[in-house]
Amino acid sequence: MRFVDEYRDDRIARALLEDIGRIVTRPWTLMEVCGGQTHTLIRQGIDELLPAQVELVHGPGCPVCVTPLALIDEAIQVAKCPDAILCSFGDMLRVPGSSEDLFMARAAGGDVRVVYSPLDALEVARRNPDKTVVFFAVGFETTAPANAMAVKQARQLGIDNFALLVAHVLVPPAIMAILVSPGNRVQGFLAPGHVCAIEGWRDYEPIARDFGVPIVVTGFEPVDLLEGIRMAVAQLEEGRADVENQYVRAVVRDGNAAARAVVAEVFEPCDRAWRGIGVIPNSGLRLREAYRAHDAELRFPHEGTPASESEVCIAGEVLRGRRKPHECPAFSTLCTPESPLGAPMVSSEGACAAYFLAGRRREEVSA
Amino acid sequence: MSGAAGERATDFVLRCPVPLPPGATVLLGHGSGGKLTQGLIRDVFVPILADAGSELARLGDAAVVEAGGQRLAFTTDAFVVTPAFFPGSNIGELAVNGTVNDLAMMGATPLFLSAALILEEGLPLEDLGLVVTAMARACERAGVALVTGDTKVVERGSADGLFVITSGVGLVPEGVQIGPERARPGDRILVSGPVASHGVAVMSRRAGIGFEGALASDTQPLTDLVRAMMAAGDVRVLRDATRGGLASVLNELAEASGVSMLADEAAIPVLPPVRAACEMLGLDPLYVANEGVCVAIVAADDAEAALAAARATPAGSDAALVGEVVEGPPRVGLRTGLGTTRPLIMLAGDQLPRIC
Repeated sequence: MRFVDEYRDDRIARALLEDIGRIVTRPWTLMEVCGGQTHTLIRQGIDELLPAQVELVHGPGCPVCVTPLALIDEAIQVAKCPDAILCSFGDMLRVPGSSEDLFMARAAGGDVRVVYSPLDALEVARRNPDKTVVFFAVGFETTAPANAMAVKQARQLGIDNFALLVAHVLVPPAIMAILVSPGNRVQGFLAPGHVCAIEGWRDYEPIARDFGVPIVVTGFEPVDLLEGIRMAVAQLEEGRADVENQYVRAVVRDGNAAARAVVAEVFEPCDRAWRGIGVIPNSGLRLREAYRAHDAELRFPHEGTPASESEVCIAGEVLRGRRKPHECPAFSTLCTPESPLGAPMVSSEGACAAYFLAGRRREEVSA
Repeated sequence: MSGAAGERATDFVLRCPVPLPPGATVLLGHGSGGKLTQGLIRDVFVPILADAGSELARLGDAAVVEAGGQRLAFTTDAFVVTPAFFPGSNIGELAVNGTVNDLAMMGATPLFLSAALILEEGLPLEDLGLVVTAMARACERAGVALVTGDTKVVERGSADGLFVITSGVGLVPEGVQIGPERARPGDRILVSGPVASHGVAVMSRRAGIGFEGALASDTQPLTDLVRAMMAAGDVRVLRDATRGGLASVLNELAEASGVSMLADEAAIPVLPPVRAACEMLGLDPLYVANEGVCVAIVAADDAEAALAAARATPAGSDAALVGEVVEGPPRVGLRTGLGTTRPLIMLAGDQLPRIC
């Protein structure tokens, strides 16, 4: 398959591995920001093929993982409301809220529907004028344009019973939060290719400059990742800290102008809480005043207070790249995809799920 | 009567035979064919229904029972696919082929089928006609006779259009010994055709993602294919790779035979449009359902002959040898293109399409 097979070619991959081995002279720690990248690395065992000096830590780029407990609870509350239909992407349904998940809400009679696009949810709203249809708008910059478009169309078509439960988060503020956090070890970043396909990489330039870290916009196939790693290691070895683009087949510096315009028209930045990490200034999106009528949080005021997170789960440490999933005392014992304690064990982009699905098991830490 | 005896009698009446978690309910994942399904079978059905060593406890695709000096294969299957009409087929053809294939997986020649239809009030009669016509054609193609049936109608909202339940019996020829526990180290693993086509066709119609044109369900009878492979060599294990896909089936077989299995990712056939759809939806084709693909474990010396025989049949034209059975604990490894090996584990429930 074109645009896939050539990026999985084992000869090219091996040549890149040899290159990395040749240029690396001392230990470096890189973070791949996106959970999709984490999954490729772990599924293919790339972390085990790399020279020992190159360590990859896994970033917060799993939208499901960082969606705060309170918003999951809010979604469950909406789902249980008899006059509402909650539409969501599939991987939100198994994420544990305070006391249950959306699958359980559905089994208990809630109307929860899996959709593949916010425009499908808009169609559900059009067909069910007597219900309020709420789309759970989760995701990074990548999914924001389609969600913005759905709200815009709802306004144009007069579909007033359509609302978004907005949980959008942004990558650059998260990278900065990691860089300023105490004990940070990350020396270079593989930036998420799909996010940059929308937003470009201009926002990453001041970060690379101010913090002195190389940032390489990187794709998701094995060859993409190995090339991104090689570019980042080369910069570190040469003492450079630039933004470079590995993912040239999808990303340009200014991103996608049309997508950015619709996002800017419908959404505005806001402070947002990240599950396991805390509030990061200006790291989220909310609906602008003109579109606030479609805000589900205003239509369904939240009731009750969320229970505390599992005490044993180290999702926050994992999401900040401080610890690996299999260092968690609960990993693969108390916490599995069947009964997850934290969101990273649920999502197809979660680092814990990546480790579990690849058969990695708990690292026995000797006393 | 002593008090103690009385208490025991009360205990006997009140005690549930299995300690089921109070308050737990059935989740959709219990029907996925993965670990949750296995849990339901292990914790509810087997302890209540199956005596140790009974035919039910073997958990085969079909039971093999003796009657009148003949070995009969006997199976039943319920079909609730949404939507009932999907690219390349509909629920009627699926219901016939599913039961025919469960019989074929025991090495049996399928003979007779029953069908029960649960119809939702409001179902267009035209749709019913299309489904029944597809059932008739599928029976003809598989060489089986539908000999009895039943119909029930439920209120609107109590079913999704229509559900079809089929049962079937077949004769197991003398000397045929096929069972999930018969895989031995050294045996080769054969997959009869490209995987994931059915699940992706259904999912793409459900999702309305617009590449249905390039996709079609693989539903088809596997009787001729099985007959050809069995004539060509020692086929030890057969299993159709339905719910849970190829990965789940290999795990089940490794467990049943107490062996490890090693498969090559690159050797497993997947049609290009199916692969593209899986890439888009974030699905692993090895866990996606099939309706016309089976796994055969074949003695190493006969593997090439069985492959050639499979390829000479319409259902097996894209068959491939994808790996081998090896000594070791019951698990499945997958060799990746980069030369690393990762365990192919059993999933808990359904795969969930990703966000971005």
